[in-house]
Amino acid sequence: MPVITYRDALNQALREEMQRDDRVFLMGEEVGVYQGAYKVSKGLLQEFGEMRVVDTPITELGFAGVGVGAAMVGLRPVIEFMTWNFAVLALDQVLNSASKTLYMSGGQYNIPIVFRGPNGAALQLGAQHSQAFESWLAHVPGLKVISPGTPYDAKGLLKSAIRDDNPVCFLEGEMLYNTKGEVPDEEYLIPIGVADMKREGDHCSIITYGKMALVAMQAADQLAKEGIRVDVIDLRTVRPIDLEAIRTSVLKTNRAVVLEEGWEIAGMGAQIVDLIQRECFDYLDAPVVRVHQADVPMPYAKNLERAAKPDAAKTIAAVKKVMYVEEGVTR
Amino acid sequence: MSTKVFMEALSPTMEEGRLVKWLKNEGDAVKSGEPLAEVETDKAIMELVARGDGVLRKRLVAEGESRPVGQLVGVIAAPDENIDALIAEAGAAAGAGAAASAAGASAQPSQVVAQTREAAGASSIPRTPSESQGEASTPPQQKIAAAAPPSAPAVRAGNGGAAPPPAPDGNGGVRSSPLARRLAREQGLDLGQLRGSGPGGRIIKRDIEAAASTPASQPAAPRLTVAAQREGDYQDVALTQIRKTIARRLSESIGPIPTFYLTAEFDLTRVDDMRRAMASLGDEFKVSVNDVLLKAVAAALAQHPEVNAHWLGDRIRLFNRIHLGVAVATDDGLIVPVIFDADRKSMREISAEVKELARLARERRLKPEQYTGSTFSVSNLGMYGIDQFTAIINPPETAILAVGRGEDKAVVVDGAVVMRKRVRVTMSCDHRAIDGAVGARFLQTLGRMIENPMMMVA
Repeated sequence: MPVITYRDALNQALREEMQRDDRVFLMGEEVGVYQGAYKVSKGLLQEFGEMRVVDTPITELGFAGVGVGAAMVGLRPVIEFMTWNFAVLALDQVLNSASKTLYMSGGQYNIPIVFRGPNGAALQLGAQHSQAFESWLAHVPGLKVISPGTPYDAKGLLKSAIRDDNPVCFLEGEMLYNTKGEVPDEEYLIPIGVADMKREGDHCSIITYGKMALVAMQAADQLAKEGIRVDVIDLRTVRPIDLEAIRTSVLKTNRAVVLEEGWEIAGMGAQIVDLIQRECFDYLDAPVVRVHQADVPMPYAKNLERAAKPDAAKTIAAVKKVMYVEEGVTR
Repeated sequence: MSTKVFMEALSPTMEEGRLVKWLKNEGDAVKSGEPLAEVETDKAIMELVARGDGVLRKRLVAEGESRPVGQLVGVIAAPDENIDALIAEAGAAAGAGAAASAAGASAQPSQVVAQTREAAGASSIPRTPSESQGEASTPPQQKIAAAAPPSAPAVRAGNGGAAPPPAPDGNGGVRSSPLARRLAREQGLDLGQLRGSGPGGRIIKRDIEAAASTPASQPAAPRLTVAAQREGDYQDVALTQIRKTIARRLSESIGPIPTFYLTAEFDLTRVDDMRRAMASLGDEFKVSVNDVLLKAVAAALAQHPEVNAHWLGDRIRLFNRIHLGVAVATDDGLIVPVIFDADRKSMREISAEVKELARLARERRLKPEQYTGSTFSVSNLGMYGIDQFTAIINPPETAILAVGRGEDKAVVVDGAVVMRKRVRVTMSCDHRAIDGAVGARFLQTLGRMIENPMMMVA
């Protein structure tokens, strides 16, 4: 099976869907002539022309609104935000127009639109450009929120997002674009709302999504060396959430750690913990522990940024805590 | 470095233990793992072993006295180590219990030691090493002589060091994970009697697993003579642990379990034919009617898993394996050892195993794993001339079969009155799990097997 980058997997998904359906078009800053700020749209302008690959001015609210309007009249726009940090300016269109039009029109207008771009922190981009927005978006009824961690998942889910008849927020990762993974030549789709067990164990469940799936895998590798076997449940979609996958795993392991990129307060992790306590109460052997970013604006200083981010070491410590294993003691 | 000797849970259901005999004197050197004392649990006499090396400095319980699980009964330490604080702690802990027994003794001239639940509940049971450390700060003036029970109730009244008593339900005052609570409920363990290894003494899954597989130490040999104290023309008999357990367990049973009874009579002609044929092959092939019956029950259960089950409150657990509990009467009371995988054993194997288990039971040398885990039980009082009776279900099992005596009766066969040997069995069924027709179908299968023993191998 070919091994390609996350970036190329997204590029393939866009190309295949634009070939399949001429109502699909891509719009955003630098998507055309510049081939995409992160080269996700490389070659698309040449293949599909400037009617379907549209460069915009730096006007997030404006082009997000144009996208919603286009979706209302039957097109299937993919709106690229250079990062989700910039999409804050466009949230009115995302939250008020895209997510609510089907409801407020009494079912007359579907909004088949995808908003996509990198989410969360990269390296030393400063507090304003290092934020994870999935909890903000997942809060809103009417939106679907996807956050894939591997090239395979990114391609299969972006294709499903483009074919979905409702607004989908698609959260990528600047630090993920260069990561590689196996992606088959033949076409495939991954259903929205279905988690993937990336690693199977019976001692503890690590529940995560997006970029943190890689961190969870690093932690799982290290824990395996110490004889601790974990389930890594990669949700891939954070709204709707795959409750059954979470429940099945926690009923088996009796212990859970929830790992997310963003802040603690009102984060996705809090929602997941709520599901676990309601669905698995009689099966829990320890309080569920969360791993997340420190409750501060992301520091610019390299050492402080590292200290603020969730990582494998913090995840391992959390797993040991729920397993009642003392740090530094090998089982 | 001192090691505290606690009354340990030596059986899955033990709540207190009676120290039958000290095997070490004060001043004797002891090694970790060495037996310190014989303790009568609710089921058997077990050894309490040392958990550390040193010298047995203090014995805090006199022979014949009972202590709740978790209470300090002795101290192992270096020969010159100061253990005053530890002994003071034991004094504080035993204060309430001793007060209760003092009251009992004054009300009743006999020397029977009061062993009520109240006494156990009111004394402070050190749950974790850290709590015990806290109690070690008890002022030294509360120090007491080793085995002599402290006399002053005031010890308790003014005592800031003692831990609060566990809640009467044995649960409310104990920290535990939801999983641990569920497992304890399913396995019939009392959380109040477990020591938690989690933060703050929280009882977690591994503590339940450890309690469920409490290591059985070597059984102490001589059987216990029940202490009966004579005073004038009446006799007080101290309640043995096993008698207490029977009372508690059986009243648990007849209370909440909606039981119904099914009685059937089976013809034993062919069973007797078979037994005679087997016996003619040699003594080693001799089996009793009861052995054949047990084999038939196991074979019938294999076809009716719905009665080979445990009631777990929120669900019914049907077992794939058949572990037959066989009620055995001993001088001390009823105990139900288990024939594991009875359906896979031959009649001869079952016969030999029943004999061996009954012998161990009478000698009180059954290990916990030999009398726990049954999925269905059989009780036979035929040897006492009982025609038929009803047995009480042994929860969480859902049924028990009561077997009467085999007797010659006049019955009608093919229009003629003939004499046949017959046996009556009565099955008690927990209606929460088993309906009448389900139990009846099982008895029907059982009857076919007994009346046609070839069915067991067919």
